[in-house]
Amino acid sequence: MLNESGLLVESSKINIVANNKEIKFSDDALALTEKLIKRYPEGKHKSAILPILHIAQAEFDGWLSPEVMDYVASLLKIQPIEVYEVATFYTMFNLKPVGKCLIEVCHTGPCWLMGAEDVVRYIEKKLGIKNGETTADGMFTLKTVECLASCGTAPMMQIGETYHENLTLEKVDAILDDHRNAGVRRTHWEKEKIKP
Amino acid sequence: MGRQLLLDNLDKPGINTLSGYQQTGGYESLKKALQMKPEDIVTEVQKSGLRGRGGAGFPTGMKWSFLAKPPGEPRYLICNADESEPGTFKDRYLMQHKPHILVEGMIISSFALGANTSYIYIRGEMMYVYHILQKAIDEAYAAGYLGKNILGSGFDLDLHVHCGAGAYICGEETALIESLEGKRGNPRIKPPFPAVKGLWGCPTVVNNVETIAAVVPIIRITGEEYAKIGVGKSTGTKLISASGHINKPGVYEIELGVPVEEFIYSEQYCGGIRNGKKLKAVVAGGSSVPVLPAELILKTANGEARLMTYESLADGGFATGTMLGSGGFIVMDEDTSIVKNVWNFSRFYHHESCGQCSPCREGTGWMYKILSRLLDGKGETKDIDLLWDIQRKIEGKTICPFGDAAAWPVAASIRHFRNEFEQYISKGKSDVKHYYRINNLQES
Ligand SMILES: Cc1cc2nc3c(=O)[nH]c(=O)nc-3n(C[C@H](O)[C@H](O)[C@H](O)COP(=O)(O)O)c2cc1C
Ligand code: SF4
Ligand code: FES
Repeated sequence: MLNESGLLVESSKINIVANNKEIKFSDDALALTEKLIKRYPEGKHKSAILPILHIAQAEFDGWLSPEVMDYVASLLKIQPIEVYEVATFYTMFNLKPVGKCLIEVCHTGPCWLMGAEDVVRYIEKKLGIKNGETTADGMFTLKTVECLASCGTAPMMQIGETYHENLTLEKVDAILDDHRNAGVRRTHWEKEKIKP
Repeated sequence: MGRQLLLDNLDKPGINTLSGYQQTGGYESLKKALQMKPEDIVTEVQKSGLRGRGGAGFPTGMKWSFLAKPPGEPRYLICNADESEPGTFKDRYLMQHKPHILVEGMIISSFALGANTSYIYIRGEMMYVYHILQKAIDEAYAAGYLGKNILGSGFDLDLHVHCGAGAYICGEETALIESLEGKRGNPRIKPPFPAVKGLWGCPTVVNNVETIAAVVPIIRITGEEYAKIGVGKSTGTKLISASGHINKPGVYEIELGVPVEEFIYSEQYCGGIRNGKKLKAVVAGGSSVPVLPAELILKTANGEARLMTYESLADGGFATGTMLGSGGFIVMDEDTSIVKNVWNFSRFYHHESCGQCSPCREGTGWMYKILSRLLDGKGETKDIDLLWDIQRKIEGKTICPFGDAAAWPVAASIRHFRNEFEQYISKGKSDVKHYYRINNLQES
């Protein structure tokens, strides 16, 4: 897959294997990657790194393994270290495995004034995990995050692309049950929205 | 309710689509602007008195006039949609409900500045809004409002939306530029300013979402008309994000100059304090601005009614005043612990410091630790002085204004509520709930 400016290595020539599985974007993700890269001037394709890392998380179980980062580096024709540098700076990139459903509860000022602390404690108890941990069945990971620009509907949390606002403990119950029943992985850039 | 220039027509069905937006007069400002000379648009914005809505309040027309124009070099306009200042949620609200006003504003502003490629940098957490904006941009391309030779004007523009990935500091304009270049979001040392060397070393303007959106009504009603709204140098309307212990939290568009008391208590706006409680304090412009106790937010030290304007909120300097900032209006009732609140903010700043400058990197951590100790009932009186000392040593001594933003809330909390800090010390017992003990205090 070479685009006109020859920025990308032909993706079939990239050969990165983890756990006996070849690391490779789906065709849709590859096409979207190519489209995103063209949004920046020639030679400035590194700019696409953040969106592409989001897509990588959607493609590979919601987190960035070293192999996945190496793959992104070769797609963008940059050094792996340039990807590691970026991936470690931004909090939305998970550098270790996460549950299918990453629950991100806002615990900053306004949400905290409105009871975020109770929400976090409730989820910890309900799921039997501490903040930062994943349930044994790999379904849920709990994480506290900083203000998500939804302070007027506090307390709130995010799962995948969805904001859940004006939370009560009953609402939290219903949301978690829904996700458990659906059993689908949710990522920050939802997989079904990866369309070229 | 005063004049609505940004949030008007929100109840119209389909206002988030191109056709719905057009039915309310959408893209008429663009057609008008394309008949004008670019420099006349800049003049119009100067006349309007519009000031940056991202927090600093710098006059937008003046900022635009500083943009360097070396021949043969591209210029860029970037919209700052990183909205991460605790207490601020107006940009998300506007983009979600009226994405086309931002798209239209971006096209007009790019035309005025001579930018042929522009970006909207939106924080990664708002990915669903990213898709809303992308759809609006696609619609605008299909309608001939973007792309080559827009509406036969000869002006070309490509507009892209770009997503971040979780970092408050990327709201600072030079960190945002670094991030858009695909790097860590470390603020740059200024000068050079972005107006001379910004994105990829080219002249760049960075403006807030609300600022760019306001250009649309300014072109529609003229800068002169816009400047008639408001008081003195605080012209026009402003989106206020109201949160905390009020009956009606939400985003309100006010005419600058509404009395603070009316904003908090009238049914039109916040509807008063929840559960019949009394007002204790307000953070008027997002977490970074000084907190004020009830008596000082309602009236200035001279006993005049405080107004929602840049000048009135700042009246008295930091001794008795605060700032309008980004308009993140956080209201606290009488049961709120100011120490706990500032401790929470300190955790935020400690977590979000990019780490380039020692005073900020180390100081935010120290302040957080000392405040944790106070809350845990293990503080001593000298800790209050130590806190004061540390914030003084951060303020003004860092690469970017984040350091000030981390220092001011601590300073103002001590300045106005010292007795509450002393109470934590004299009480000598822990006041921290289980969750924070386990998750936060012990790890740092
Ligand atoms: C730590 C920090 C965070 C900031 N966050 C934002 C932000 O989220 N959105 C924003 O528009 N401006 C933010 N700013 C202000 C920008 O640096 C810049 O001044 C602004 O985008 C300019 O736009 P304006 O003139 O239209 O206000 C931040 C500044 C600092 C120091
Ligand atoms: S003040 Fe803080 S956030 Fe700003 S550059 Fe320095 S360390 Fe980074
Ligand atoms: S504080 Fe939670 S969304 Fe702003």
